[in-house]
Amino acid sequence: MSRPARTAVLRDAVGLGVAVGLYGVAFGAAADAAGLDPWQALVTSLLMFTGASQFAMVGVLGAGGGGPAAIGSALLLGTRNTVYGVRLAPLLAPRGLPRRLGTAHWVIDETTALAVAAPDRGLARLGFLTGGATIYVVWNATTLVGALGAAALGETAQAALDAVVPAAFLALLWPRLRAGAEEPAVARRVALGGAAVALLLTPFVPPGVQVVAAVVAVALAGRPREGAA
Amino acid sequence: MSPGTLWAVVLVASLGCYLLKLAGLSVPAAWVQRPWVTRVVTFVPAALLAALVAVQALTSGRELIVDGRLAGLAVAALALALRAPFIVVLVLAGVTGALVHVLTG
Repeated sequence: MSRPARTAVLRDAVGLGVAVGLYGVAFGAAADAAGLDPWQALVTSLLMFTGASQFAMVGVLGAGGGGPAAIGSALLLGTRNTVYGVRLAPLLAPRGLPRRLGTAHWVIDETTALAVAAPDRGLARLGFLTGGATIYVVWNATTLVGALGAAALGETAQAALDAVVPAAFLALLWPRLRAGAEEPAVARRVALGGAAVALLLTPFVPPGVQVVAAVVAVALAGRPREGAA
Repeated sequence: MSPGTLWAVVLVASLGCYLLKLAGLSVPAAWVQRPWVTRVVTFVPAALLAALVAVQALTSGRELIVDGRLAGLAVAALALALRAPFIVVLVLAGVTGALVHVLTG
C-alpha cells in the first residue's frame, strides 16, 4: 500500500472522529433533556454506539414515550447497520467468532464510508479500525461532556435545550433531502409523510408510538406493488 | 419512567442494535440485498427523523403545542438552507428558544 494513500485514509479517519464529537455533545444534552442521567447517556454511547438510533431512542423518551416505542425506533434506524455489515463482510473478512463479535460493534455509517472508500482491502481495514477507534473514544467522551453540561443548566437554558433537540434532528435529516442525496424528491415526500402522520396520530396514541407508526405507515405506502413503476 | 426501567430500555435497545450489526456480518448477502429491503432501509431514516422533528418541536404528551421550540426550528431550517455548520445551527436554535421563553415568560 502506498504511503500517500495510507496517510489519506488516516487523515479521513481522524477527521471524521473529530467531527462526530459535536454530535456527541448534542446527544449527551438530548439524553439529559429526555430524563436519562449522565451514566445512562454514557452507557448508551458505549454499548449502542450508533448515533441515529441513540438520538431516536432519547427522542421518543423525551416526547414521553414508553420503553417499547423507544426501543422500536432505535431498532428501526439500526437496520441500516445490517446492510452495512453485508457490504463490509467481504472487505474486512473478520476471521473467527471473537473477531467478528468485535468488528460488529463498530459497524456504523462513518466506518462503512471509510472502509468502502479505501482503494484496497488493507486500507479498508485500516480505515475501519482507526476510524472506529477514534470515533468510539471521541463519541463517548463528548457524550459525557454534553450530559454533564446539560444537567447543570437552569430554566432558561433548559428552554434553549428544548429548542436545540428538534433542530438537531432537522440537521440530521437535512442532508437526506438536499439535491445530490439519493433520490431527494422521494426522501422529501417520505419526510413530509412521516411528519404529517406523526402529528395526526399524536392526540390518539400513547406518546412515542406515533413516531414508530409514522415510519410503518410510510414504509407500507411505498411497498412494492405488482406492475408499479 | 423509573431509573430501573430506563436502564432496561437502554440495555435492551443497545443489545438489539448490536445484534442488527452482527447479523449483517453473519447472514448470507442475498437475504439482505433485495431491492425492496434496500429501498425501505434507504428511506426509513427520513421518515423517522422527520417524525421526530415534528414530535419534538410541536407536541407535549398528547397535545400539540406551539412555543419557542417551533421558532428555534424555523431559525434552524433557515441556517441549514444557508449551509451553516451543525454547531451554528444548534446555537441559533437554542438562543431563539431561550429568547422566546424569556419574552413570553
